[in-house]
Amino acid sequence: MSGEHAHAHPNYIKIWAILVFLLLVSVAGPMLEHPIITLITAFGIAFVKAFLVAKHFMHLNIEKKLATYLLCTAVAFMLLFFAGTAPDIMRHEGQNWEHQSAKHETARALKAAEHDPAAH
Amino acid sequence: MKPIATTRSVTGIPTGRLAIWWVITSEIVIFGGLLASYIMHRLGHEEWAGYAAHTNTLAGGTNTFVLLTSSLTIVLAHKAAEAGDGRKAFRFIWCTIFGGLTFLVIKSLEWTAEIKAGYTITTNNFWSFYYTAAGLHGLHVIAGMIIMGIISFQARRNKELQRVELIGLYWHFVDLVWIFLFPLLYIAK
Repeated sequence: MSGEHAHAHPNYIKIWAILVFLLLVSVAGPMLEHPIITLITAFGIAFVKAFLVAKHFMHLNIEKKLATYLLCTAVAFMLLFFAGTAPDIMRHEGQNWEHQSAKHETARALKAAEHDPAAH
Repeated sequence: MKPIATTRSVTGIPTGRLAIWWVITSEIVIFGGLLASYIMHRLGHEEWAGYAAHTNTLAGGTNTFVLLTSSLTIVLAHKAAEAGDGRKAFRFIWCTIFGGLTFLVIKSLEWTAEIKAGYTITTNNFWSFYYTAAGLHGLHVIAGMIIMGIISFQARRNKELQRVELIGLYWHFVDLVWIFLFPLLYIAK
């Protein structure tokens, strides 16, 4: 990397070709309309693409570990945020509470979609 | 003579590059928070699948291809800069800027069609997330293009070539964000 000893560069065009191939799979997979296949092809492949970009284009594999620790710390905080707030957002009722406006909005939107699929 | 801050390196990472890693770290929290909020709302509101059906997968997929290709050109600019070839780096940087411009043109056409169809930022929470996430990402694309434009002319004179790598790291991160935005907004229907 710049400022240090020059390093051997991987074949970037080959990595780009793999990324484009993965993009095509991630678009084609969900067309099968199977939830598991959609999950794997759309989101699983997104993680693979992110890994390839981070490793080969951002050179995290040859960067000092400090950079990886920095990035992982931010991701950990993001996951902590998700874990702390998701139960209240993803569910619309609990043992002692009810999110009435969310329930009403979901019911309203689904009913509207039944009558007019193009409704928004 | 350069200021000490640009030459010292306690961590073993050159100061400029360490600064970029910090920028990217803070960006993870910004985009991560936004995407995490989107995911939890998406999972909590089944009607959002119907809203997402109106996004344009072809436009999103094309833009993914454009950004992946621009990531290739900026890493080739970094390779050229590392070899001391500033003029070659200059050309690859401008290929990347062109990629950013293509991305924005496609995004503009896409948004125009959606707004004309009645899907605006105030339509409902899904479209609010859609325009906020894609808009914030678009602002990062514009910022990256401006910085690349400035750096390119320094690179052409073989000056501050290390900056090519620094803007490259930022640009790859912008690409990474889109890699996750694409399935969330365009594929999961």
